Amino acid sequence: MSNYTENELAKDLENQEYKFGFVTDIESDTVPIGLNEGVIRLISSKKNEPQWLLDYRLKAYAVWQEMTEPEWAHVRYQKPDFQGISYYSAPKQTKKYESWDDVDPEMKETMKKLGISMEEQQRLTGVAVDFVMDSVSVATSFKEKLSELGIIFCSFSDAVQEHPELVQKYMGTVIPSTDNFYAALNGAVFTDGSFCYIPKGVRCPMELSTYFRINAGGTGQFERTLVVADEGAYVSYLEGCTAPQRDENQLHAAVVELIALQDAEIKYSTVQNWYPGDKEGKGGVFNFVTKRGICENNAKISWTQVETGSAVTWKYPSCILKGDHSVGEFYSVAVTNNHQQADTGTKMVHLGKNTKSTIISKGISAGKSQNSYRGLVQIHKGAHNARNFSQCDSLLMTDECGAHTFPYIECKNPSAKIEHEATTSKIGEDQLFYCMQRGISEEKAISLIVNGYCKEVLNQLPMEFAVEAQKLLAISLEGSVG
Amino acid sequence: MIKIENLHASINGKEILKGLDLEVKAGEVHAIMGPNGAGKSTLAAVLAGREDYEITAGSVTFLGKDLLDLPTEDRAREGLFLAFQYPVEIPGVSNVNFLRTALNEKRAYHNQEPISAKDFMALVREKSALVELDAKLASRAVNEGFSGGEKKRNEIFQMAMLDPKLAVLDETDSGLDIDALRIVSQGVNALKSPENASIVITHYQRLLDYIIPDVVHVLYDGKIVKSGPKELALELEERGYDWIKESL
Repeated sequence: MSNYTENELAKDLENQEYKFGFVTDIESDTVPIGLNEGVIRLISSKKNEPQWLLDYRLKAYAVWQEMTEPEWAHVRYQKPDFQGISYYSAPKQTKKYESWDDVDPEMKETMKKLGISMEEQQRLTGVAVDFVMDSVSVATSFKEKLSELGIIFCSFSDAVQEHPELVQKYMGTVIPSTDNFYAALNGAVFTDGSFCYIPKGVRCPMELSTYFRINAGGTGQFERTLVVADEGAYVSYLEGCTAPQRDENQLHAAVVELIALQDAEIKYSTVQNWYPGDKEGKGGVFNFVTKRGICENNAKISWTQVETGSAVTWKYPSCILKGDHSVGEFYSVAVTNNHQQADTGTKMVHLGKNTKSTIISKGISAGKSQNSYRGLVQIHKGAHNARNFSQCDSLLMTDECGAHTFPYIECKNPSAKIEHEATTSKIGEDQLFYCMQRGISEEKAISLIVNGYCKEVLNQLPMEFAVEAQKLLAISLEGSVG
Repeated sequence: MIKIENLHASINGKEILKGLDLEVKAGEVHAIMGPNGAGKSTLAAVLAGREDYEITAGSVTFLGKDLLDLPTEDRAREGLFLAFQYPVEIPGVSNVNFLRTALNEKRAYHNQEPISAKDFMALVREKSALVELDAKLASRAVNEGFSGGEKKRNEIFQMAMLDPKLAVLDETDSGLDIDALRIVSQGVNALKSPENASIVITHYQRLLDYIIPDVVHVLYDGKIVKSGPKELALELEERGYDWIKESL
């Protein structure tokens, strides 16, 4: 028992299986591999896009070509061959679904395996779901009910066709294509994603949810999500991700932009479970994602993420607190196992007066994995009475894993109050023994302790998602029960 | 209930228990007293199954089973409970969640259905009243931020919830003020029945004013060197341990 956390647990963890590793047999419409202007024009024309959007793509492509892949993150990997990827893969026969009954049965089966049978969802949970398979959004439920309130929730492509003025007004305003290498790449080749607009003063009555799945081999997924909460509006948005088990590395480079206008609130929750690669570190998804939100006066953006998948994660959901009295929050659990690497955290940029931010980050490292928290708290000159509280905890499960914390603080206003707390601990033998003396098995004890450790973050998730996340943590950290 | 014969145990090559014999029958309360370093807490840890200790000789029979052959969690499920001298904090895990998990693991071991939420909460109410444990503490994280007294009360609360056959109380009185001592003792006494037994490890006679033992043992240098009725505790309080050392 005394060596359990050291050796046996490590072994158990190595043997765990990825349960979303199935491939759905759907014919895909895939463009040839490689990236050039022609491919971008092809994607744009396939999607019947307006000229301004094609121009946006081409500009992003030009910027991207001048950029180099960032190397500052605490991760090591074989850089993707950007000419070896197909940038557009759509499940065939997906012209348009008039109703849920028209959806390809294979695809419905996929959703069932993911545990998101839409009939169930519609009936029981009242969650509106947008499902993005490979690059194309295939089904959005609850559209009508939402539209009665003036809420727009649809695929990004539909938004471009049906609400071009909104898309053009807000797209790229928080994350310009010039922002970074992957954001620029996304700007050039993004294929679909979700769009959401909540009108003034409307409180969205249900959780909005998107499930992303990479299905086809040899493809990348580049989706864009744009959420706009108009003045005084409220929305809670959920995002879940899975991918099949493949030996090759798959690239996922998404962009998520949140815009919270005056007095608005956006809660954005992610459960990321992309395929992490096998226990030798072969395969797995490269998850290079740019997520950022902007808050006007009195607005609030809250990011919650549970990251258990991906071979390499590079992700910093951030808040620009532009308006006075605006609030930014970041709650994160990142679990790494085997050879997984995660470099994740947040940026809180305080521009307005009396702005407030909270960062709670819980890293759990197992196997031979590397888990880093990287965060920036930036207080600008005009941000009087800005306040930040950061807490970064790391839990180590083995002797071979690593936990790192890179907190950056830049303060240009003396009235700011910034607090940073950090702890690193190993899963306690005393805690395990205590649980076991009460009759709790080792594995259950570990799951209890880890869930307790992450509770502050899990509590931020909507109910159904929290249950899902707890199960996911248990799967990630319990051994294969014989 | 439990029969310990010629038990030898060491830690890091150092022998602590040197041929300990003890038998406790159902319905009995045994007190174990002794000076610092005699091996009192080692005995508790060895019985519970802490693997830091190496058993070099002897046997322990618990309810007809070879206790030393069972893993820690199965010993607990068979009905062995250890009230810790230093209860451990488990941040973020509520007491009730912890106990429901423990109770259901035990029930599963005995091929019983998990307890219903309703029955469980009724049990929590009943047992927390027994040790005058604030209902708020029952829903708070296990021992996190509890005072010393609250932690000990929580141990007895857990004991009441899990309804063990044999309870080993490891210096449960240490760090308790007189009110807490009374409450903890009341809890222990209320749980006493002809079917179960307890071993009370203590430094001071004080606790035995509240929990009346059937037998008092003196543990010295890894062995039980003297056993007697409850009056032995008073004699130890008065005369200390030196006279026992000398008589050896």
